[in-house]
Amino acid sequence: MVDLQKVFYSGLALLAIALHGWGLASAGPAGLAFGGCATLVLGGALMCLWERSVVRSAFSLMATFTGCAGFFILLGADFVGMAQILIYVGGILALLLFGVMLSPPDMAERKLARVGGGLLVMGLGVAWVSAKVAASVKWAQLPADELPAPSTKAEDIGIAFIAPDQYVVPFELAAVLLTVALVAAVYIARRRISDFTAEPDQGGR
Amino acid sequence: MALGAYVAVSAALFALGLVTIAARRNILYVLFGIEMILNAANINFVAFNRFNGDGMDGRMFAIFVIILAAAEAAVALAIVLNVYHLFGSTKPSDADLLRE
Amino acid sequence: MEFLHFDPATDFKLLLAVPLIPLTGYLIQIFFGRKLPRKGDWLLTTGMFVTMMITLLLFAKALYHAYTGHGDDGHATPFWHHSSEAGMTWSWLFQDSEAPNSPLNLTVGILYDGLGASMLAVVGVVSFFVHLFSMGYMKGDHRYHIFFANISLFTVAMLGLVLSDNILFLFVFWEVMGLMSYLLIGHFSHDPKSHRITQAAAACKKAFLTTRIGDCCLFIGFMMFYLHYQTFSFDGLWQATTQDVMVNGWQSWQTTAGLFLFGGTVGKSAQFPLHIWLPDAMEGPTPVSAMIHAATMVAAGVFLLGRLYPVLSPDVLTVITGVGALTAIFAATIGMTVFDIKGVLAYSTISQLGFMVAGIGTGGLGLIAGLFHMVTHAFFKACLFLSAGSVIHGCHHEQDMRKMGGLRKKMPVTFMCMLVCTLAISGIPLFSGFYSKDKIVQSTIMTNELGGTWASSFAGIALPLAASITAFYMFRLIFMTFFGQPRDKHVNDHAHESPLPMTIALTCLAILGMFAGQFWLSNLDIMGSHPTWFETLLGVSHDYTNLSGLYPGVELQNTYVGLDAAKVEAVSHHAHSSAVVLSLSVASLGIILAMLMYLFKRLDPAKFTETFAPIYRTVLNKYYIDEFANKTVIRGSMVLSAVLKWFDGFIVDGIVLSVGRINKALGFFAAWFDKTFIDGLVNLVGAVSNGLGAALRLLQTGRIQQYVSFAVGGGLLTAAWLILS
Repeated sequence: MVDLQKVFYSGLALLAIALHGWGLASAGPAGLAFGGCATLVLGGALMCLWERSVVRSAFSLMATFTGCAGFFILLGADFVGMAQILIYVGGILALLLFGVMLSPPDMAERKLARVGGGLLVMGLGVAWVSAKVAASVKWAQLPADELPAPSTKAEDIGIAFIAPDQYVVPFELAAVLLTVALVAAVYIARRRISDFTAEPDQGGR
Repeated sequence: MALGAYVAVSAALFALGLVTIAARRNILYVLFGIEMILNAANINFVAFNRFNGDGMDGRMFAIFVIILAAAEAAVALAIVLNVYHLFGSTKPSDADLLRE
Repeated sequence: MEFLHFDPATDFKLLLAVPLIPLTGYLIQIFFGRKLPRKGDWLLTTGMFVTMMITLLLFAKALYHAYTGHGDDGHATPFWHHSSEAGMTWSWLFQDSEAPNSPLNLTVGILYDGLGASMLAVVGVVSFFVHLFSMGYMKGDHRYHIFFANISLFTVAMLGLVLSDNILFLFVFWEVMGLMSYLLIGHFSHDPKSHRITQAAAACKKAFLTTRIGDCCLFIGFMMFYLHYQTFSFDGLWQATTQDVMVNGWQSWQTTAGLFLFGGTVGKSAQFPLHIWLPDAMEGPTPVSAMIHAATMVAAGVFLLGRLYPVLSPDVLTVITGVGALTAIFAATIGMTVFDIKGVLAYSTISQLGFMVAGIGTGGLGLIAGLFHMVTHAFFKACLFLSAGSVIHGCHHEQDMRKMGGLRKKMPVTFMCMLVCTLAISGIPLFSGFYSKDKIVQSTIMTNELGGTWASSFAGIALPLAASITAFYMFRLIFMTFFGQPRDKHVNDHAHESPLPMTIALTCLAILGMFAGQFWLSNLDIMGSHPTWFETLLGVSHDYTNLSGLYPGVELQNTYVGLDAAKVEAVSHHAHSSAVVLSLSVASLGIILAMLMYLFKRLDPAKFTETFAPIYRTVLNKYYIDEFANKTVIRGSMVLSAVLKWFDGFIVDGIVLSVGRINKALGFFAAWFDKTFIDGLVNLVGAVSNGLGAALRLLQTGRIQQYVSFAVGGGLLTAAWLILS
């Protein structure tokens, strides 16, 4: 019997090499950084999908999030990258881990047929659509080697948040949303089980 | 790297997120999938922003998406906890009171 | 004297402040009154003081203009201002720019003329003194702060009513006043210590519902006018009506609408047959009675007639005269038999309102006299009520005059004030009531000489008679309360003079009640043959044919039409001397009769009541109006509903039952048809849906993952179709 776990990790290694190679081939040494980040993103996502244990999946998501942060930094958006690490890796992931630890492990839940089938269908479908789209759509874009140096600093983003003609309204709305969501989360999580079980009985059959 | 590379990785991540939602039978994986999809969208925002004049809008959108994701994760986890308390399971298919 | 010139730019801002100051006070009081020191009475009283000062200043300006202001041609220009002169009109339904000429583009502004000026000053002064008086009278009431808030809003409503330039806003304030009267009359119905909770509740309900009948009439009336003339503003209504009448004569709809308008006055100013709410309204605290009966509520109806006079047709005026005269004599006779000190005053109010309404009905001079009587009556009636309140307060809430007596020495200030005002209401020269009442009588004589109607003939007899009875029962009140030996030792021993704020209010109002009739000190015109200040203010002295000071630019079409001004003046002079003699003799007669009966005890009232026992019982029971209303309106609707019930039970049910039987027979056939054919069809449809449902059920699993898969599959298929096509 082939050890599926070993096959999967070998596949991941091959993917990593392929991505690094692609980066190196298309942009030289600078492309290696891209390859590394892409490896983190896609590898993390694949592991998350693959692993039986929810804890492992959750931790592998950390790689995805960190890879995304790397992308942001590569794209000159330092502040967004830092925010990604702080909020996603530090906050959201921690929250998800709480959820994971409060629910029981269910090792029989992953069905290989479903995962494999899903990957196959989705992979083929997305690849086909992407190829068609890439062939037919011409994006207005600057070539990679002619990009100007990233101009936006964290300070600009801070000003954009509070400047009346830019993002102050969405910013305030986001603040209100967060407050409401957190209060609601606390409220929902604090409800007792009796609150729920009482309801179906009262609901008059 | 060119824009196409970022978009390709983003598309792949998006696809993986969808598969995660569809293929795993645990409500937590649905959350994981959603987070992946949001991140894929964020990569697109930032990449298109960078390759189209390096303005500010794409980044701001990315930041707002992150904020939304935080709010969503908090509420969703509270719901997950309650569902687990009530049904003793984290499978969404077990929460089926309305179906009867 | 330059500062007494009326300057629209600044003075209209002051006028706007007049209702806004007490309104602000009300808002503060209703929310924070309980927490303020002394429960906020000082706040509202101070506010009212400022308001009173503003109204007095503006009144002085109006009077100054009337006595000195002359146009370029040497004739007096009427004092008549609209806030559009200061650019202060407000569109409130549409903006001007949206629909400039639409009849729905309703604007509101302030109208300030001689009538408004005097009424505003009256309301300001009386309201302030009522506030001041309440500080003493209501002390210790458990809803003290609410009382002050309500009475303040009541004042706001009256001030707004006087200032509004169109009838729609007048109606709005009119209704606010109705609500506030309801709350104030029922004030004690919330007091757990009061032993008259149910009576107070019933009284406020009765007042509200009865006046509501009149309010509906008023609404119908002015909407009829709006339908024809597309305007609510007084000015527009006067112009449109008089011009229409000049061309087409008086039409029947104008008479109908005018009667409906008068219905509003009948309800608010307590005319027969809707007067029944007013005696019951005595359940309210005495300051409220003073407010309702003197300056605000009942005056509003009379004020409305003053504002709408040009649109009333001669037929309506005849009805107004008749109803007013009937009310005057009818209420006066009841007033003779009442023993409740406030009850006497209540019926005297109804009677005096009858005088005003009858005077307005006779038109011309009568209109001016009726409005003037409203002004003078406001002062002396407020003072009478507050004095009665002082007596009640001093006697620890004893209201029955049979238990009083000999209070003159115990309450000297109250006695003096009440005596002055009683002289005023009885019509003794030098006191204000004489001048106004005398002119009403003069107007009825004039109208009769110039070709009167049945109503003016009736008024010519009824009004002097009512004046005589008024003098009788008012002095009966004075003698029973203040003279003679104490009838109830317990009440008398504990009687005491009222505290300072109350006596100050009484004294000031008594002085006004004495002097408001005439600036008689200036020309020593005791008999009032010169124009009164009120006539000068309205710019109508000796020229009653056009009333251009009151209604500028309006050619009146309802009284003295086609009569020579010189002839009218001649008749007026002649009528004046007759009226003075008549008024004086009837007043003296009433007073002498009261003295003989109650002061010197030469005549025994008991003998009269025995001799005329059936009549006395009828009057004592208020002509059985309430019983009549019970028997007819209420019992009538009971009988009607019984008849309707029988009709319902036998006829309607019978028809329904037979229809039902036929239907039943049809139903059997239909049921058979149904079971065989329709059910078969329905079952077929059901079976098909069932099968489809079972198939679709396979898709509707409730599993999120499946749904996602379907969505993604669908998305991919759509993308494929889009790309391939």
